[in-house]
Amino acid sequence: MSKPSQRMQGSAAFDPLRWRRDFPIFKQKVNGKPLVYLDNANTSQKPQVVIDALSSYYSTINANVHRGTHRLSELATAAYESAREKARGFINAGSTREIVFVRGTTEAINLVAQSYGRSMFKPGDEIILSEMEHHSNIVPWQLAAAQTGAVLKVIPITDAGELEPGAYEKLFSPRTRFLALGYVSNALGTINPVKEMIAFAHARGVPVLIDGAQAVPHMPVDVSDLDCDFFAFSSHKMYGPTGIGVLYGKQALLEAMPPWQGGGDMIRTVRFTGTTYNELPYKFEAGTPNIADVVGMGAAIDYLSEIGLSAIQAHEHELLGYATEQLASVRDIKLVGTARYKASVLSFVMEGIHAHDLGTIVDQDGVAIRTGHHCAMPVMERFRIAATARASFGLYNTREDVDMLVAALHKAHEVFR
Amino acid sequence: MDLKDLYRDVIVDHNRSPRNFRKIADANSSQEGFNPLCGDKLTVYLKLDGEKISDLSFEGSGCAISVASASLMTERLKGKTRAEALELFGEMHTLLTSSAAPADTESLGKLAALSGVREYPSRVKCASLCWHTLKGALEYQHAPISTE
Repeated sequence: MSKPSQRMQGSAAFDPLRWRRDFPIFKQKVNGKPLVYLDNANTSQKPQVVIDALSSYYSTINANVHRGTHRLSELATAAYESAREKARGFINAGSTREIVFVRGTTEAINLVAQSYGRSMFKPGDEIILSEMEHHSNIVPWQLAAAQTGAVLKVIPITDAGELEPGAYEKLFSPRTRFLALGYVSNALGTINPVKEMIAFAHARGVPVLIDGAQAVPHMPVDVSDLDCDFFAFSSHKMYGPTGIGVLYGKQALLEAMPPWQGGGDMIRTVRFTGTTYNELPYKFEAGTPNIADVVGMGAAIDYLSEIGLSAIQAHEHELLGYATEQLASVRDIKLVGTARYKASVLSFVMEGIHAHDLGTIVDQDGVAIRTGHHCAMPVMERFRIAATARASFGLYNTREDVDMLVAALHKAHEVFR
Repeated sequence: MDLKDLYRDVIVDHNRSPRNFRKIADANSSQEGFNPLCGDKLTVYLKLDGEKISDLSFEGSGCAISVASASLMTERLKGKTRAEALELFGEMHTLLTSSAAPADTESLGKLAALSGVREYPSRVKCASLCWHTLKGALEYQHAPISTE
């Protein structure tokens, strides 16, 4: 247990319980126990304002966007486009033309790999990514490489889970054409020095995509300051609905790229002799979009702005420090991912007890963690483990949540005694 | 649901000291099994003397449920016939996946300890991986067995 003075320090600036009340899911019990939700890197819970925004959209203004002359269509279009402006402000993009709504980070990366990659990569061209990438920032590039004859170059990681110093720079060659990099590792929690890496790539004329899925819920993000060419993120990890996300792309690049999917809304004129495409961002939004969830994501952005990402970052940083300390005190626990700069994620293994068993055991006490390879099999291979248990924190988590996890982990020793 | 219903003593014991955890050098058949969801991986080695299973073993890594299930399986089926093994495969499938506990689990012996798994849908594949892998070995399949 923590000392009372430490507790007060943690809650003086930021009261997670004040915000937790906004999340109706915490009103219920899981396995008869209060829910301790530590699977936020997987997906976060949703505040009532987001749930209400979805319900209100369907109850009052549901109609298709960009199509009707009737009142509801105008209202739906206004709500949809106002969420685009919120998303623009959220990551400080220059223009809403640079904000493309997609299903999530995975679709955003696939869009860039298929539209930009497939039209630009030539046989022998090199794409740099890192050993700590999520599968969604590996497989789309493997597909594009197989289609174009390009090859992947991988930045190795250290035992601490950091990019190996100096290795990145050495991977560049005259054939380097693209860098795809995670901002924050979902399996290790490592925060990569993306700004410096982007500057290095740009000095060599190489465009950069940042997978920001694990960054946006935990820290302020400014794509203009980062100067990345593409930035992908998902709504559901930042307290918004599932099935919606954003691809940010610099306007000049998006304009030069061919459409990825064809259909309604992405065209200007269609004739059998040829079709002309709509302007940005609609060129990349074929078909009726996920309007309600876009509106819900807008509500999540408003909610995060109200709390403030810097305040959330400070709270989670303090909590991660406390959790790291507490977990290290549990017998036979080994942390996986001990980078100097980390966000929200605590991956660990317990000597003699498989992560899957740990997940089941702590769940009996209402503690939800992720176990498995975290869609990052190369990371597991690097550390020669099959799986880890992972606790990941959100704005509503407290030191008491960490204490519950630690107490539940002690039980694992009892079960396997 | 009590954790002790899942992690019964016999399961904890077989996880700690798995039986027949070795390779069979002169196996007639071996089969790899893989659960891509959690990374559990095992190989089942089978030595058949005509229709009789003269030796059965496994190697690999996995959670307590998957290791104990494989250990109990090898212990139970050594000396049995191929037909008996396939019949037991069916009984285990029912035990692990049916909505209610079978009325009579006496014939299953120690394997009945795995019945608690039924209450944990995400863990059923852990317990059934070795059985599907054994079936593959009995049928001389070559492609690795996957739970997905």
